[in-house]
Amino acid sequence: MIARVHSPNVTAPTTQPTAIFADAVRDATSLRRFLHGLPGVDQVGAQARAAGLATRSIKKASKVWALEAAIGMVDLTTLEGADTAGKIRSLCAKARQPDPADPTCPPVAAVCVYPDLVTVAREHLADTGIAVASVATAFPSGRASLRTKLADVADAVEAGADEIDMVIDRGAFLAGHYREVYDEIVAVKAACGSAHLKVILETGELSTLDNVRRASWLALLAGGDFIKTSTGKVSPAATPPVALVMMEAVRDFAAATGERRGVKLAGGIRTAKDAVRYLVLVKETAGEEWLTPRLFRIGASSLVNDLLMQRTRERTGVYSGNDYFTVD
Amino acid sequence: MSIWEYTPAPESRESARLRPSYQMFIDGEFVDGSGTAFKTINPADEEVLAEVAEANESDVDNAVRAARRAFEQVWGRMPGRERSKYLFRIARLIQERARELAVLESLDNGKPIKESRDVDIPLAAAHFFYYAGWADKLEYAGFGANPRPLGVAGQVIPWNFPLLMAAWKLAPALAAGNTCVLKPAETTPLTALVLAEICQQADLPPGVVNVVPGAGNTGATLVAHKGVDKVAFTGSTEVGKEIQRTIAGTKKRLTLELGGKAANIVFDDAPLDQAVEGIVSGIFFNQGHVCCAGSRLLVQESVADELLDSLKRRLGTLRLGDPLDKNTDIGAINSAAQLEKIRSLSQIGESEGATRWSAACPLPERGFWFPPTVFTGVSQAHRIAREEIFGPVLSVLTFRTPDEALAKANNTPYGLSAGIWTEKGSRILWMANRLRAGVVWANTFNRFDPTSPFGGYQESGFGREGGRHGLEAYLAH
Repeated sequence: MIARVHSPNVTAPTTQPTAIFADAVRDATSLRRFLHGLPGVDQVGAQARAAGLATRSIKKASKVWALEAAIGMVDLTTLEGADTAGKIRSLCAKARQPDPADPTCPPVAAVCVYPDLVTVAREHLADTGIAVASVATAFPSGRASLRTKLADVADAVEAGADEIDMVIDRGAFLAGHYREVYDEIVAVKAACGSAHLKVILETGELSTLDNVRRASWLALLAGGDFIKTSTGKVSPAATPPVALVMMEAVRDFAAATGERRGVKLAGGIRTAKDAVRYLVLVKETAGEEWLTPRLFRIGASSLVNDLLMQRTRERTGVYSGNDYFTVD
Repeated sequence: MSIWEYTPAPESRESARLRPSYQMFIDGEFVDGSGTAFKTINPADEEVLAEVAEANESDVDNAVRAARRAFEQVWGRMPGRERSKYLFRIARLIQERARELAVLESLDNGKPIKESRDVDIPLAAAHFFYYAGWADKLEYAGFGANPRPLGVAGQVIPWNFPLLMAAWKLAPALAAGNTCVLKPAETTPLTALVLAEICQQADLPPGVVNVVPGAGNTGATLVAHKGVDKVAFTGSTEVGKEIQRTIAGTKKRLTLELGGKAANIVFDDAPLDQAVEGIVSGIFFNQGHVCCAGSRLLVQESVADELLDSLKRRLGTLRLGDPLDKNTDIGAINSAAQLEKIRSLSQIGESEGATRWSAACPLPERGFWFPPTVFTGVSQAHRIAREEIFGPVLSVLTFRTPDEALAKANNTPYGLSAGIWTEKGSRILWMANRLRAGVVWANTFNRFDPTSPFGGYQESGFGREGGRHGLEAYLAH
């Protein structure tokens, strides 16, 4: 049953915000002042920096390392109305052994499903070390009462989800009601218990990089273990400038608090080339410490096969066709 | 120890089609000339790249005469729409041979391949494309109803952007109907000679473009030659003054693009992450061998510590090494002499009491290298705040108010460029109107475009290159 239910106007954070930022989150006004006091993001400059990083040439040994690292950072995802137990089963098999032709291929980080299918995923991933992630909080729109959202989270946690991907209330954020968004994240975090919380900002709806920076900090202050770009249902989803600004946020948060939080990119990353470019961006923005599934994830489905194909190409020197990799 | 090192990704040296020797280009032909051939080396490993013919007095004379003939008989009377066809052709050939030119430029100059590939060569082609479009529209450029070419232009260019500077000089001159004798720098003559080959490939009439390699003497001979109607020089302020003295009392027209000590001004409301990028590209782009480099960082005291921490962290990610590696950010210093100058000014900075910090990057054993370096605690009285270092060395000064920032920024005999970093539009305009600098960048730095005029105030020279304004230097009106 539902673990905890908060009504929207009750603000009883169960996680203490990091002490250094206690002032920033004291009330609605101070939170607003803090977020608006963050340095601005010059969009042209951020785009130029992201484009510059994309010119790094990653070849040979460094490419193999990146491809394998990227496979291990994937949250293999299916979020369709048409999902069934059978679909989840085959996705879990793929997660355990992405490349049937090569047992040395590392498994992915997690499988990401809707809450009602967590039990199925849990069952097929038992004792694999692969996490079960579940979207919750009225994914993808987030348009439901807090009570419903928390029930959604509790369902997923109870069914055995290790990670919860929540969506923020973009309406409240865009209306400037930051405290509302904050309280909701805090409440969801509490409902997660020991499950890790990924906070989806849906950057495609936030529109400006200034908003992305504010939303990133808001989620970090509220206790999100990860900040995540998108639901995958809104275009544009993850883009290099957005990833850049989010990596800067976790970097600066770590510099201030000593605590490293993660970033998950989701939506629109389909090629190995893009994935490797994002790893470069992570390494050169936040640092290599983030090059671990504990702190960096890529939410994707079709990406894995391209990573596998490129990996096979690096090992054998030849490209094999799509038919040599599994469709799940 | 890094968990993820980038495997070296060098561009193939073969692409440069390097030859053991290069001749000079006079009257449409490559000739040996009569000077003493000199060697050009790769500053990244000090190996000799090629032997290059040196133009002496008689070669320069031949070149100027050829240019005069070509001006009087062909180029000066050719309709603009015909001239433009040649310029378009040159632009396209630069694009076609972009990789060759980029690799050759990196070998000869020491700059990272990502810069020669993404900046120097594309911009050189863009300049020819841009001025090709002007050749048949000169009457509408705002310089009178019937603007006329000047005649023979003697052009002397520096080693920091060898091909790009050649394009900056040649394209507007040719578009306006002048013929040219170009003297590339002695440490970087190769791409200008390939450009000469491209002129040949484009069937440019003989004598319209001549390239006379050599050192200072060759340049001085060219500048002083009686057959030259117009002198255009890019280089040091010292040599610029000498040129001015040489041609005083003659009818020669002159444009000079000289040194600089640009202020890059960061206000407390700046987009700090992008400002850090702008500081990096302002002073560490092309190893700081940029006349408009943002070599003085003026940062508002209230954000100075935060900004400098970010800057140092960012400098830690810069990759210094093999210029041909596609992942190299900082290449080699162009010459032993330049390295010596950078070292000695840096030592002076230390002895004057400024605090020196250098990025911790291992330097290759051979070749000319200098790590990205930041001096803090610099004041206006220090030499490193006043003299052009022309290397990867940043001097950091602080200010308290916009007035103080403006006063310090303008307190230099130079005046080539400046940068402003603030999210406040009104402050950008307020500052830009008061800064005595030919180029003012707002929330960016070191961005170039053929449509935008470029040039300085005071000891940074006079005349503009680029844009409609760039035509004026080559037209009589």
